[in-house]
Amino acid sequence: MLRPDNETVVEYVTAVIDRQLFGLPIAHVQDVFIPARLTRVPLAPFEVAGVLNLRGRIITVIDMRRRLGLAVRPSTASDMAIGIERGGEAYGLLVDSVGEVMRISDAIRTANPVNLDPRLAAVSAGVYQLEGELLIVLDVDRVLEFDTSTRAA
Amino acid sequence: MDDLLREFLTETNESLNVLDVELVRFERDPNNAEILANIFRLVHTIKGTCGFLGLQRLETLAHSAESLMGQFRAGRPVTGEAVTLILTTIDRIKTLLDALETDHCEPDGADHDITAALELLAETAELPAASKPVAPEIAPTATAVEPPPAPPHRTEPAAHGESERPDRIASQSIRVNVDALDHLMTMVSELVLTRNQLLEIARRGPESEFKVPLQRLSNVTAELQDGVMKTRMQPIGNAWQKLPRIVRDLATDLGRRINLELIGAETELDRQVLDLIKDPLTHMVRNCAGHGIEPAQERLAAGKPEYGAIRLAAHHQAGHIIIEIADDGRGLDTERIRAQVIARGLATEADVEKMSEAQLHRFIFSAGFTTAPEVTSISGRGVGMDVARANIDTIGGTIDVRSRRGEGTVFTIKIPLTMAIVSALIVEAGGDRFAIPQLAVIELVRVRADSEHRIDWLKDTPVLRSRNKLLPLVHLKKLLAIDPSPQIDAANGFIVVIQIGTETFGIVVDSVFQTEEIVVKPMAPTLGHITMFSGNTILGDGSVIMIIDPHGIAQALGTTSVAHAPLGAETVDEAPVAEEQTTPMLLFRAGSEQQKAVPLSLVTRLEVIDARAMETSNGQRLLQYRGQLMPLVPVNENVRVRNEGSQSFVVFSDEERSMGLLVDEIVDIVDDPVEIEVTSDRPGVLGSAVIKGQATEVIDISHFLPLAFGNRYGRIERRVTQRKVLLIDDQAFFRNLLSPIISAAGYAVTVAASAAEALDLIKNGERFDVVLTDLDMPDMTGFELAQSLRDDPLTAGVPVIGLTPVDSPDMARCARQFGARDCVAKFDRNSLISALEMSRAAVEQAA
Repeated sequence: MLRPDNETVVEYVTAVIDRQLFGLPIAHVQDVFIPARLTRVPLAPFEVAGVLNLRGRIITVIDMRRRLGLAVRPSTASDMAIGIERGGEAYGLLVDSVGEVMRISDAIRTANPVNLDPRLAAVSAGVYQLEGELLIVLDVDRVLEFDTSTRAA
Repeated sequence: MDDLLREFLTETNESLNVLDVELVRFERDPNNAEILANIFRLVHTIKGTCGFLGLQRLETLAHSAESLMGQFRAGRPVTGEAVTLILTTIDRIKTLLDALETDHCEPDGADHDITAALELLAETAELPAASKPVAPEIAPTATAVEPPPAPPHRTEPAAHGESERPDRIASQSIRVNVDALDHLMTMVSELVLTRNQLLEIARRGPESEFKVPLQRLSNVTAELQDGVMKTRMQPIGNAWQKLPRIVRDLATDLGRRINLELIGAETELDRQVLDLIKDPLTHMVRNCAGHGIEPAQERLAAGKPEYGAIRLAAHHQAGHIIIEIADDGRGLDTERIRAQVIARGLATEADVEKMSEAQLHRFIFSAGFTTAPEVTSISGRGVGMDVARANIDTIGGTIDVRSRRGEGTVFTIKIPLTMAIVSALIVEAGGDRFAIPQLAVIELVRVRADSEHRIDWLKDTPVLRSRNKLLPLVHLKKLLAIDPSPQIDAANGFIVVIQIGTETFGIVVDSVFQTEEIVVKPMAPTLGHITMFSGNTILGDGSVIMIIDPHGIAQALGTTSVAHAPLGAETVDEAPVAEEQTTPMLLFRAGSEQQKAVPLSLVTRLEVIDARAMETSNGQRLLQYRGQLMPLVPVNENVRVRNEGSQSFVVFSDEERSMGLLVDEIVDIVDDPVEIEVTSDRPGVLGSAVIKGQATEVIDISHFLPLAFGNRYGRIERRVTQRKVLLIDDQAFFRNLLSPIISAAGYAVTVAASAAEALDLIKNGERFDVVLTDLDMPDMTGFELAQSLRDDPLTAGVPVIGLTPVDSPDMARCARQFGARDCVAKFDRNSLISALEMSRAAVEQAA
């Protein structure tokens, strides 16, 4: 798998969700913004935190803690959202905080460990072994695939 | 794709659509040299351009078709067979064009099958009588209309320039990419939003120098919005272009004779809406041709013209476009629908029995419904009217059907002209704001404990008693699962009354803000499944809110199960022919299985109490009720008055007193036309009427009031000064209903069934203190009667009170003519009595 001679380096926008470091390929990221004036959407799927107006565009905000099955906590002032676009629609991924942009070589990428939490494994495109910590790469398409059936009847 | 090719594709596709239509016309009218010349010109242009662009296959096809067309021009008889072949050729050309559009080059392959057939036909033409006419109406082209000789075939591009149709106004219009227009529309929507935001800021802030330019900006924005909307408007005829061809092909396949009539093709509507109704329309016309129109022999046998007619008509009406699809075919098969409804378990046999034909017919809009006995290529795949209806629903439209066996079927579709910008009412529930499209809102009701609008409970279901209607209520918080069992504050709340088709219901909200023009934005795909919302929008203050979908709510309420939900049923706006008057009636059982009824308007409340709470005093049953002793009277001696368990009764109030009528069971509330058919001599019974298919005794409440109160309350003293009332109504039901109420209030009532009868009474010397007249009567209306009474010096001083059905346009006219005080809704008992009292007071004052 490892081909050092043909090494590719990808830039990732990093974010922390429940103390875990995640990365999103920078090519997928439109912008990073503070989620203000979030409107909750009744009957929406559990993962959807609400919608908001970002410069005249309506953005669906997905609470990544809920999406990943992590401990849900009330939103705080330091919450950030990562803006992505899929199929002509704009989404915001709600995270605890956004970190720096990292250039990471594909060489240190490994497949998901078999014992990774299935909810994490479902959206992970692989794991990078950084110095000191591990970074999970999010597969944007799979993050947006969730059960859209109504939360409450 | 290079520009030349793109231009060619657009141009050719347009020409082909025209060609389809023209050929069908031509087949019917083969002697029309003008049509032929037009067809020839179109084919020739296509051929010329293909040659110029080096599109071999297309050129060959066009050439072969043109040769055959050339023969027609030279006077060869036109046959159905030949037209079919040319149409097939055009289809092939279309297929090639599609491929060309995706791959940017002609696909490989050859079209020998078609060219050979075309050539064969062209050759056989030389032999006399070689081609048998298929359609009977096809006559040999008269030699008199010798067309000009065909121009020499040229393949140079010059041919293009020559082929300009004379009716074209090419110099005045330009082709614009649809995406560009859509983008423009999005931008204008944004501009509208930004303007709204600015206006909002200006409203909040102090007077500033921005005010004037802002106003200007606002006006310009509005005009721009109008202008851009206009550019998106397209004639509905664009969606109809393919129909003549489809109908022609179907008719040929099925051996039927069909005339398709298109009316109002120039009616314009938004491109987006047009796209969405194209398929449903096509489907419905297909249905008419496939199911509706009978084979010619069957038609002749039934005494109808040989040619079946399908008529498609469109016109504008108050921000909507109305489309009618009518055929004069066999009509819907009610029996088969009934059988299907039962077989599919959409309704029980008992329910079906009670349904009217129209109600049954509306089942054709339910999912997967088909009555076609077998699956054919035309119809009967089970995806039918339900899909059409769903499409129409998504654009906020309604569809309804009227049909009579043997005479035909009419579908009426009503859709908004545009769906991009709508006016909406902003409401709040559970701390969040929502927008409700103004179009669906018919009324906003403020609830107060003591007002005429108050919330009542039928078991656990809240209903709003508003005038003579009982509206089902639901709290928005409950609908949206914000709060599963919200408290409905009976003393202080807002109800948004919504109408979908003929279904009316109320949504309870916490508060109501302003109305705002909102730009509808579709919901994100992850949220698209929530049927309660039709989209979302950004408000003037920048926040995002959800737009409530009234259809979704109606569905959630279960009121719009297809059967009972006339989809815009009575939206047949042109001349509501003898619309039947309906009267809400309370149905109950008392003493026997036979159902009994009383007009709901007379009922104050429905109650169920613990039987032990009833007391007996002096042989009279009493109940401590709301701080008073209320007498209880059984409807008849057979009513089972319980000693324990729960006892149902109906409360009637007469000014400050109330009485309870003991019944066995409350059955239902219906809103049906009621006609008393058999009057009764039995005390307490007005007569019998058929309600929901059952013979029903209509109870005379005025009989029970003296029974409850005895003579202690002295109706008699009042009668000393008894005043004479003349009641005029052409319907026996209302005469029977109102006269006991009026006499119970202490008046002497004389009834007349018509204005003429009333005038006769007066001519014969009868004198009345008050005249109470129905307004809508045949021969002489209430208005005319009032006028003639006023003109007669003998009766000029007599007050006239007009009786109207609620919510009718007559109400407003009545108010203008008689004064609001003397205009009373037929079922509003309290207002009626108070109007009578007032008229007395007025007369006494004058005296």
